[in-house]
Amino acid sequence: MAKVVTSPVYVVGDNIDTDQIIPAQYLTLVPTIPEEYKKLGSYAMVGLPDELYPTRFMVEGSTEAEFKIVIGGKNFGCGSSREHAPIALGAAGVEAVVAESYARIFFRNSVATGELYPYESRERLIDICRTGDIATLDFDNDTLTVGDGTFSLKPMGDVRPVIDAGGIFNYARQNGMIPSKG
Amino acid sequence: MTLTEKILARASGRPRVEPGDNVWVETDILLTHDVCGPGSIGVFKREFGQDARVWDPSKIVIIPDHYIFTADRLSNRNVDILRDFAKEQGLPYFYDVIDDPNGSWTFNAEVGQIKRQYGSRYQGVCHAALPRLGHARPGEVLFGTDSHTCMAGAFGEFATGIGNTDAGFILGTGKLLVKVPETMRFYLEGAMPPGVMAKDVILWVIGDIGFDGATYRAMQWEGPGVGSLNMDDRMTIANMAIEAGGKNGIFPADKATHEYVSERTTRNGTKADYNPVELDKDQKLIFDKVYDLSKLEPTVAMHPNPGNRALAKELEKVKLDRAYIGSCTGGKASDFFAFAKVVKGRHVKIDTYGVPATSDVVQELKETLWETQSVWNVLVEAGVKMTENASCAACLGGPTDTFARLNAPLTCISATNRNFPGRMGSKEAKVYLASPYTVAASALTGHVTDPREFLS
Repeated sequence: MAKVVTSPVYVVGDNIDTDQIIPAQYLTLVPTIPEEYKKLGSYAMVGLPDELYPTRFMVEGSTEAEFKIVIGGKNFGCGSSREHAPIALGAAGVEAVVAESYARIFFRNSVATGELYPYESRERLIDICRTGDIATLDFDNDTLTVGDGTFSLKPMGDVRPVIDAGGIFNYARQNGMIPSKG
Repeated sequence: MTLTEKILARASGRPRVEPGDNVWVETDILLTHDVCGPGSIGVFKREFGQDARVWDPSKIVIIPDHYIFTADRLSNRNVDILRDFAKEQGLPYFYDVIDDPNGSWTFNAEVGQIKRQYGSRYQGVCHAALPRLGHARPGEVLFGTDSHTCMAGAFGEFATGIGNTDAGFILGTGKLLVKVPETMRFYLEGAMPPGVMAKDVILWVIGDIGFDGATYRAMQWEGPGVGSLNMDDRMTIANMAIEAGGKNGIFPADKATHEYVSERTTRNGTKADYNPVELDKDQKLIFDKVYDLSKLEPTVAMHPNPGNRALAKELEKVKLDRAYIGSCTGGKASDFFAFAKVVKGRHVKIDTYGVPATSDVVQELKETLWETQSVWNVLVEAGVKMTENASCAACLGGPTDTFARLNAPLTCISATNRNFPGRMGSKEAKVYLASPYTVAASALTGHVTDPREFLS
């Protein structure tokens, strides 16, 4: 089955750290409790400074973002190890982040939870795209199309099937690495 | 092989590993706390079943430390989730806030932030407490649900931060799939001159390589200069490996390490035997650089990231509203002694807050006398607002009633580890990271200040 997502993109800069993705005051919410998971989504990206990001990622009071694709620069997700960061984005409806590079723990947490696809771009897309541009992310061909431009993304390799499975537990079960749930 | 490779080879049952290898390793210790513990427990129960048992109760260390002294209902509840789990699973190393194993934790806002509100088992910041409680041992593998878990690399072990899902997997299996990192070597020579602290060393290095300069890599510290650093110094340096994006920081174990570990494991009755790894002659390094400690000067990381380096003496024009000393990085007893040395007999000019990392730091500051006065009183008389409630406090902002949180767009100089926008509260606030000496000198003047003028 072809996997394609078309959505307005949300564009952020370099070094977006986990405090900007989900500020520490909301870490009181426990992601495995369903209503608190939803709440985490409603706070996704509220730590971005208002003057730099006049268009807010979340409309206040909503639990779902209109942006299913986030475009970032270098070192996306740096800072703390909080899994709440990819979870907040996933809970808000983000399917993929496309960034030039990632901080290690954010990348790993995205894969482990299966919350979103952390794609690496070859170009500096944050200089090419603007928030609100409609983009199409083609997971089968690893491309992002924005307006007239189609940009090839780095294939995710070994981690792709883990995210497809919905995270490491599902993946490990599918491959017989841990027993199936009884 | 490098130190990290040797530890990961052994923990995965292989004769050798190479950078880039993905290996399943056995966990020696899993560390968690009140912010990520409940979610990790949630993953464990969801995936392994409500009645599942953890893989090894003696290898799990739970230290609540983040959001403890707050009236926030969910924060208090999260400590209770940890207690219930520790009881259910029979975990010997849960350092509860309260003494009653059947009780529940409620912060008393009327008693306030300053006076002690914890019981006899409570410790404070997990990374500072873990080695003091004899849970850090050379040659071991430590995973923790917190990015500053890398601090325990000071003790010659592989220590790194993970998320809740990975922690839930370890709770059930004791194993984790790890990619072997490339190693960067930081070869230290000489000794730090007066006025320079370990914090300056790591801020200098991060400024050098960039705050993503060690992404996916191990930062290995070697050389004759290491011998001049005490265990607290090494902890400060290893702690901030993550601030360069590193997977772990690691020091070879030496006599000082073994003495510290032996004393602490004996005191708390934890596992005393361990098998350290030794430095090899043939190490494959991705980066290798010599640093002369004697050449370093008081260093600052400016807003808005830990790699934004300047010297303290270059920033005299930066006016400050607040000074803060605390956290795993900067709230150890040695940090407070350094701070007190600068402010003794003087008075701070701006709001200055002190949060000891652990409960035994509180005790040590109160019991250590300089002439007839306790160091605690030296600090209080200098105008520092000291709390007895050891915790992470305002280092990472936290709920809005957190002690010393930046609830307004203030400019703060801090002995902590991270200064991204919003880290200490308000996302309009500006945070400058510096050593306890530099934070103290700056508190006295109200602007960023080279501490050496107060130390001669």
